[in-house]
Amino acid sequence: MPTIIIDNIPYQVKAGSNLLEACLGVGIDLPYFCWHPALGSVGACRQCAVKVFKDEQDNSGRLVMSCMEAIKDGIRISVQDKGAKAFREQVIEWLMTNHPHDCPVCDEGGSCHLQDMTVMTGHDYRRFKYKKRTYVNQYLGPLVHHEMNRCIQCYRCVRYYRDYAGGHDLNVFGAHNHVYFGREKDGILESPFSGNLAEVCPTGVFTDKTLKQHYTRKWDLTSAPSVCQQCSVGCNILAGERYGQLRNVLNRYHSEVNGYFICDRGRFGYEHVNNVNRIRQPIIRNLTVEAVDETTLLTHLQQVINNRNLIGIGSPRASVESNYSLMHLVGKENYYSGISEDATFIERKIVDILENGGIHTPSLKEIENADAVIVLGEDIWNTAPVMALSVRQSVMKTAAREAMTQISTPAWNDAAVRERVQEDRGYFANLAITESPVDEWSTHTYHSVPDNIARLAFAIASKLRPELPLPEGMPEADLQLAERVAGALENAKHVVVISGSGPGSETLVRAAYNIARAVQEKGKTAGLAFVLPESNSMGAAMMKAPSFDKALQRIRKENNTTVIILENDLYRYNSTTDVDQFLDTCKSIIAIDSLNTLTTGKAHVLVPAATFAESDGTSINYEGRAQHYYQVFMPANPCIKESWKWLWKMKSLMAGSANGQEHHPDEILKQIESSYPQFTGISASAAPADFRIYGQLLPREPHRYSGRTAMLANIGVSEPKPLDDGDSPFTFTMEGYQGLPPAPLIPFYWRPGWNSVQALNKYQQEIGGPLRGGDPGIRLFDRNDKVASWWFNDTPEAFAGRTGKWLLLPQYHVFGSAEMSRWSAALDFLTPQPCISISQQDAAQLGVSEGHMLTIETDKERFSLPVAVRSDLVQGVVLAPAGFQSIPSLAWGTWIKIMA
Amino acid sequence: MLSNLRTMWLVFVHLFKKKATVQYPEEKNTLRPRWRGRIVLTKDPDGGERCVGCYLCAAACPVDCIALQATEDKDGRRYPEFFRINFSRCIFCGYCEEACPTYAIQLIPDFEMAEYNRQNLVFEKEDLLIDSQGKYPGYNFYKVAGMDAGVKKKGEGENEEPPVDIYSLLP
Ligand code: SF4
Ligand code: SF4
Ligand code: SF4
Ligand code: SF4
Ligand code: FES
Repeated sequence: MPTIIIDNIPYQVKAGSNLLEACLGVGIDLPYFCWHPALGSVGACRQCAVKVFKDEQDNSGRLVMSCMEAIKDGIRISVQDKGAKAFREQVIEWLMTNHPHDCPVCDEGGSCHLQDMTVMTGHDYRRFKYKKRTYVNQYLGPLVHHEMNRCIQCYRCVRYYRDYAGGHDLNVFGAHNHVYFGREKDGILESPFSGNLAEVCPTGVFTDKTLKQHYTRKWDLTSAPSVCQQCSVGCNILAGERYGQLRNVLNRYHSEVNGYFICDRGRFGYEHVNNVNRIRQPIIRNLTVEAVDETTLLTHLQQVINNRNLIGIGSPRASVESNYSLMHLVGKENYYSGISEDATFIERKIVDILENGGIHTPSLKEIENADAVIVLGEDIWNTAPVMALSVRQSVMKTAAREAMTQISTPAWNDAAVRERVQEDRGYFANLAITESPVDEWSTHTYHSVPDNIARLAFAIASKLRPELPLPEGMPEADLQLAERVAGALENAKHVVVISGSGPGSETLVRAAYNIARAVQEKGKTAGLAFVLPESNSMGAAMMKAPSFDKALQRIRKENNTTVIILENDLYRYNSTTDVDQFLDTCKSIIAIDSLNTLTTGKAHVLVPAATFAESDGTSINYEGRAQHYYQVFMPANPCIKESWKWLWKMKSLMAGSANGQEHHPDEILKQIESSYPQFTGISASAAPADFRIYGQLLPREPHRYSGRTAMLANIGVSEPKPLDDGDSPFTFTMEGYQGLPPAPLIPFYWRPGWNSVQALNKYQQEIGGPLRGGDPGIRLFDRNDKVASWWFNDTPEAFAGRTGKWLLLPQYHVFGSAEMSRWSAALDFLTPQPCISISQQDAAQLGVSEGHMLTIETDKERFSLPVAVRSDLVQGVVLAPAGFQSIPSLAWGTWIKIMA
Repeated sequence: MLSNLRTMWLVFVHLFKKKATVQYPEEKNTLRPRWRGRIVLTKDPDGGERCVGCYLCAAACPVDCIALQATEDKDGRRYPEFFRINFSRCIFCGYCEEACPTYAIQLIPDFEMAEYNRQNLVFEKEDLLIDSQGKYPGYNFYKVAGMDAGVKKKGEGENEEPPVDIYSLLP
């Protein structure tokens, strides 16, 4: 570790970093704008100046931009130097000559990097007597608000949007002191990562437009560490509440998972929590007054759960705690997963491979650091957006890493690295059903049906390891492609194979394993990742419960059955006829859910469940990382409870069980460990409810929280006692431990002098590294280092069209395919109109053109949608929207009829 | 002995001095304009609500007795959807007025707000908003801010150049 001397004090710092990172890393406040830990340095803003001295005798030194100066052992610098300070103050003064008088009406105010840096440099009074430059704003869609006057020309937005996230439609226009950051013309930002602009921009040019609808300053938000519930990546988020409504979602840094960025589905998909469609009161159907109170509900439940056959249906979107509590209530043999047999089969295979296959499943950070990535069938852009962003980093960074071995350019020197790398890219092969924006970064793309992708994948595996079977009758072009892909993988050192349950093909899962294993046998680091449909699909799959179809078979034979459906709209995962039949056969249906769905519409008893923001819970992401999320706020209505709380209440209603069945989440997790060995270690992901620091709880409210004695004064002038849930080490007040909280328990980023999200640097061990004390979450698959003995040898047949029948495949969409996010008005607005896609040849054959209505008929469903004609589809294939509201759940990979 | 006599003498002399106490409520004392009493929300010279819902007063208040929610009209002009002061908590320190960047919230020379029922000391926006500019006439925040909130167009503010033509390369 090199030592550098800052203002005559020696510090040990990380080799390979720059002076700015070093200063921030040792806790020195040094202002900056254009540098961003994930984007590197370009030395554009001149804000981070420090003095560097030649040696001890040198008293004058020279001014350098600390973000552009590499660490050298023994280098002497000064941050406090008068000249450097004056320079930094002057830079801010220049920036301020044009800055509008907007803070009171600017949404960044109170969490603004520009405000912080201005205070930090000491600039206070305006001396400039002349006029301010102005710009007109643009409409950028429903997610991001634009107020261009506030710009300080740091170029972070375009560097993030274009270079990091691969967007095209945001750019810098104009010249000299008239540069403009925006789109060519007004219009919706195309990238599904646009929301990060609100965090990347150090000023209020780009702000969260959904927050604007119910604007709250950072200091007034009650926040807690949470986990995104919109896909299986499980990005860490901070969620904030005010006046009983969830107000916004921000990125919560995790060096292994989401890093600095989340996707728009995660950031803006929170509004289901505030939706009018919430179930807010227990309902017993067919009573004169259906909405009842808790006592009436429990009395009624006591009748329907005792002396009946009781079965439970779990959910991939409910927490591990809730699923387990249901299993515990009904018994293991009466507990079903609630998803279809086909999906259960694939997910079971995935869990089996991850548990016993002996191949590491990579975190997003590891995907970023891979030098070859191959995606098999999964449409990651639409099903795991931030994973797609990580794949992009792998593609962009690999070439940079290579370049660095040849010349001595450090990784943080963004402009220089870019200059050196030019168009060089890391290896990425996208073998998917349809085109997607990730194709643009890929070396090789291949679009076909899952079976053909699997055949190609088996061929690649067989090229890597000739003992493996080569599918018969491969076309020459495909064989050549397999050869090239295999060649690229052989040249790589860290290979990541990504597939998933999205395409509904188990063969793909097996093919992915073969490639990863073959690569690993060659002595390379191999990673194998599977994308799953929901936030806790992995946790649900690891419970290895029988599918919904099994429950249906059973109920056909029984009568007098009560079913408890936990946070599951069965119609999303199973065919309409099956679910209808199931629900009609059950004697009584108890649905625990937060929102009204088709399923809750048929329930006899509705129990209002808390959403993620009102719950403590754990979900397990695609890599088997158990991540605990904490309750952000308590719903005003005490009838809205976490599902697991309701389930334990029901438990105490059961004949023969004692009262006092209440448990804290950490205790439930301990129980899970003892009944399911595959969950060993999970209890460490949640802080014990009695965890304290110096005897103090951790406040969810910042020390500047306002309105304490007025916010409820309209109801009653005496302030009520602060709320207390007792389930976590957090309080619902601003009192408690004010020091740095442990990494899993960070409710907001805020350190003295750092009001904006950039305060994060105080929470990290080193810039861009893990949080102090280690990143949160427990990886459950890491305990297994056994290597399986199996390979998969049966390869599928090549795809051949059938007359009068079409192969049904899914089309996912980043906005629209996730169940909860559509309740956010902004995302609903961005959801495309559902359509059926067919190839040009099929369209010609059927005599339909774009926009015509087309009817799909499976053996269980029938529905009509407008048709979209696409050039990337093969003949004989039809794509239907997956996961869309109002479209029934379909069995992917089956043959169906279509009618014009 | 001497001191007792002196005291009696002083008391006697004071009988002829001007009285400091007044016969309140029949008689009232003059309060200075900057006297910190009942709080009001004022309007700008154009008659618009001055408060822009910035939450600074609420954050400054040492007893946290201000609560509000900001909202916007169709032009993007911010104003409080509700604005509540719990005067049973207020200590009339005037910090809110000092914090306010728009001169909206002002403390005025009126202290006669006693109530038998504490609940009546909770004032909502309707009780606070007055039809006057209060102590600081002439100020209209949206004329000096950069935003276009329906008060002035971009570049037409007091201190602004016309909006940049991004297609021009001329200096
Ligand atoms: S819009 Fe924001 S991020 Fe972009 S250059 Fe301006 S201040 Fe920087
Ligand atoms: S990638 Fe998935 S987990 Fe991450 S923010 Fe987006 S939806 Fe949420
Ligand atoms: S005068 Fe002081 S106590 Fe009263 S509302 Fe204003 S800041 Fe709060
Ligand atoms: S400080 Fe002034 S403008 Fe801001 S919310 Fe309070 S009264 Fe309104
Ligand atoms: S942060 Fe160093 S020049 Fe901008």
